Amino acid sequence: MGHLNKLRARFTRHYKDKFNRGRIVVGLGTCGFAAGGDQVLEAIRQETGIRNLDVDIDFTSCIGMCYKEPMVEISLPGMARVIYGDMTPDKVPALLESHIINKHLLKEWAVMQITEEGATLYENIVKMEDNPFFSKQLRTVTSRLGRTNPESISDYVATGGYLALDTALSMQRQDIIEEIKKSGLRGRGGGGFPTGMKWDFVSQAEGAKKYVVCNADEGDPGAFMDRSVLEGDPHAVLEGMAICGYAVGADEGYIYVRAEYPLAIKRLQTAIVRAEEYGLLGKNILGRGFNFKLMIKAGAGAFVCGEETALLTSIEGNRGMPRVRPPFPANRGLWGKPTNLNNVETYANVPFVINRGSDWYASMGTKKSKGSKVFCLTGKINNTGLIEVPMGISLREIIFSIGGGVQNGKKLKAVQIGGPSGGCICEEDLDLPVDYDSLSAAGAMMGSGGLVVLDETTCMVDIARFFLSFTQTESCGKCTPCREGTKRMLEILTRICSGAGKMEDLADLERLGRVMKNTALCGLGQTCANPILSTMRYFKEEYLAHIQDLFCPAGACRALLIYQIDTANCKGCGKCAKICPAGAIRGEKNTPHVIDLEKCIKCGACLTECSFEAIKNDAALSWNKRPNTRRSA
Amino acid sequence: MAEITLSINNVNITVPQGTTVLEAAGQAGVFIPTFCHDPELTNFGACRMCVVEIEGLRSLSASCVTNATEGMVVHTDSPAVQEARKTILELLLANHPLDCLTCGRSGDCRLQDYAYLYGVKTGSFEGERHSYPLEDDNPFIVRDLNKCILCGKCVRACAEIQGNSILDFAYRGFDVKVAPAMDVSLKASDCVFCGNCVAMCPVGALQEKGLRSAAPTWEVRKVKTTCPYCGTGCSFELNVKGNKVVGVTSCDGDVNGRTLCVKGRFGYGFIHHPDRLTTPLIKKNGVFKEASWEEAIKLVAQKLGRIKAKHSSDALAVLSSARCTNEENYLLQKFTRAVLGTNNIDHCARL
Ligand SMILES: Cc1cc2nc3c(=O)[nH]c(=O)nc-3n(C[C@H](O)[C@H](O)[C@H](O)COP(=O)(O)O)c2cc1C
Repeated sequence: MGHLNKLRARFTRHYKDKFNRGRIVVGLGTCGFAAGGDQVLEAIRQETGIRNLDVDIDFTSCIGMCYKEPMVEISLPGMARVIYGDMTPDKVPALLESHIINKHLLKEWAVMQITEEGATLYENIVKMEDNPFFSKQLRTVTSRLGRTNPESISDYVATGGYLALDTALSMQRQDIIEEIKKSGLRGRGGGGFPTGMKWDFVSQAEGAKKYVVCNADEGDPGAFMDRSVLEGDPHAVLEGMAICGYAVGADEGYIYVRAEYPLAIKRLQTAIVRAEEYGLLGKNILGRGFNFKLMIKAGAGAFVCGEETALLTSIEGNRGMPRVRPPFPANRGLWGKPTNLNNVETYANVPFVINRGSDWYASMGTKKSKGSKVFCLTGKINNTGLIEVPMGISLREIIFSIGGGVQNGKKLKAVQIGGPSGGCICEEDLDLPVDYDSLSAAGAMMGSGGLVVLDETTCMVDIARFFLSFTQTESCGKCTPCREGTKRMLEILTRICSGAGKMEDLADLERLGRVMKNTALCGLGQTCANPILSTMRYFKEEYLAHIQDLFCPAGACRALLIYQIDTANCKGCGKCAKICPAGAIRGEKNTPHVIDLEKCIKCGACLTECSFEAIKNDAALSWNKRPNTRRSA
Repeated sequence: MAEITLSINNVNITVPQGTTVLEAAGQAGVFIPTFCHDPELTNFGACRMCVVEIEGLRSLSASCVTNATEGMVVHTDSPAVQEARKTILELLLANHPLDCLTCGRSGDCRLQDYAYLYGVKTGSFEGERHSYPLEDDNPFIVRDLNKCILCGKCVRACAEIQGNSILDFAYRGFDVKVAPAMDVSLKASDCVFCGNCVAMCPVGALQEKGLRSAAPTWEVRKVKTTCPYCGTGCSFELNVKGNKVVGVTSCDGDVNGRTLCVKGRFGYGFIHHPDRLTTPLIKKNGVFKEASWEEAIKLVAQKLGRIKAKHSSDALAVLSSARCTNEENYLLQKFTRAVLGTNNIDHCARL
């Protein structure tokens, strides 16, 4: 224990010292950068220079409130850390003047305060744990996000880092595996396979050479859990992998990250270099004779390369196409050697399980889904961002308590969960507990953690079409049903959305979905019909409306809108007639105009041009125009 | 070797451990259709035509990559299997030019055979089809990617049999196609035109240029023979229309399997070439005159004998040809040493 203890003592001192001085910390995850965090940082540097402020400037990763980025944390010695949101360079002078010079919290921009041991709280600002966005969260793998400097190994070690590796190296290999088994940890990459069982397979597989691989391909649209963890706590992933390497008997590992995650790659690289420098990775780790070398492989950003066998094929330098299983990677993986492959979040959980014990871990969650899960809230939700919640929490709590409800006070229609392999859960089922089994039973799946909120203006056929256009372009083309089937399903959905659907199309979709589930080579093809099948299950009416009534109830499918002129509002100014590219609008000057529906191409130009709100295109209008005109099938 | 017993369509069959369900079915006399499987290539498991229903499993299994296990209960013709195979065929036909009337592979095409077998009509899925330009800028192979069903046999034949790895899959989704690196034509690639990919193609995507434009498949007679080009002794089938050799196709040769080289497969033009020598020629007064074999051999014997008598055996030397068989080369060497009496014998093959 000697080596790590010394490091811990030194780094903990550093870490504590940080809070003995005035400090400004800028949130620089990818979302922070995208929102202009680097410009805010620059403004802070300038302002502190001009005013000669004696403060330290540091950065951290995204705390999860992507919707409040850029975020800046300010702390004064002995005082709580205050987090400000929606910062801009313009706001910087006023902020520093108030909080640092006048020691006065700027309530208007402050989001919350974080307490450190012995720090004095501010009175008029909510504590992080009481902020509605955080109060129902259970932060384990995200606990360091937005709180430590992800590029600092000192911050990591000072907050308990590498303690688990140290502990693990003094345990029997099999005991580690048993501990992971007992914790109930299941793979966070989508499939939910019991992690300890997988480790056991690899450990027992024959072969002197074994590999540990981390799946950081994260290709689901709207998912950024793994990126956030890598950007915010890269050492936790390295530590989890090293523990796994020791437990299964591997001395080399790869992290497969998509090249579109440059910041994650950079922070991982930095973390690996630092860890090797301090003897926490590489040769003879912590002086205990265990060698573990980690390499990064940047992928070209193909969704299918997230599938484990395609990922391994890609690391080997070949085109990322799935291989037939069995043999499973645990027996024949990278270069034919037994390979343990887990997701980023799965590995990041491991140090916590080892440190706090399997009982603690298993005490969180439901019967078969233990621990906590990171989700990305996106779509029509007020608080878009990254959250970590205990398994078993309801979707309603996630969306309304944490996520702050639907944007613009609109009505919630459904939640898409599980990405392109997942499905939709409708309003009535929002009280379902979020765990692997309940979600699957409802026709969706846990997936990797993408959670897209859809409101009443979202067309469910169009959503299914969106996911199919994704899976079709991402299909590797190896197996017939996926390559050709996604194409035809996409064409059918596109047809339905454009008003050319037929009743037989529904049967074809069901049949294609069934055949693909039954015959496709990998998970991509087997599950890609889920968005269609689940929307057909809960929103059949909407499909029928498109096909039989040429009507899109959500008013989202442009080809099905009907543009009309409200004669009461129309002044006959003629602007719409002039802009119409199809020559579909006619009328005498100063008298109400008319749209020729035969000629109208539904481009919407007239609507934007009209100054009198005389042009209407809402779906309800067309609906009213054709009551009970459902065409017979 | 350990044996296992499984049931296929309610009939028990015992096979050695490690046998695939497809192989076991073959041994039981049960037909399972395949596009991407070939016993000479690694298992790919891609076309999914060979799916079967195995009791206790949630989805269908590709029989070419599923090992038979003790007590396994397999159904190769259940409703789910039927639906899957028909749908896969419909999907393939939805993106296949239906020009069987003029296709050189008509009558020898798996897609056509299976469509017939399963009664699959065209037109179930209307939509986009590929419209790649025809690639026929080389003298040997015509590539029509519109007909390609992406079974990947050509890719594996090139890598695993020929060892050239010219072809691989490129692009994604509906745009996936088989192409040489940088998606150039075969002519612009390092292809050696052995045509082993053509021999594997189950449809009309890769065709022998000369053969397929000379005769429809049902008009040729196949005559198995040995390739005359070198001593390897590869077998192949001459495709004969009327009395004319119109092409060469692979058959299962003892020596070569279905593998051939560019000469064997495509170099048959000499057979009916007008310049071809059909009798010996003897130069008389500076002009070649046709002669009988007897006359010619006699002349050569005379001249060799005269040189040997006048200048000794070592004044003679013999060079033999790599196009001869081993037996022929042996005989020539025997003749040189024993009859001519010299060790001056060599052969054109050089490494
Ligand atoms: C099409 C497809 C895409 C996938 N993408 C990912 C991914 O981006 N990240 C991931 O961790 N797992 C992904 N998976 C799941 C992996 O195949 C594998 O199950 C997982 O990485 C195993 O790790 P776990 O047990 O820790 O979840 C994908 C699977 C499929 C079929």
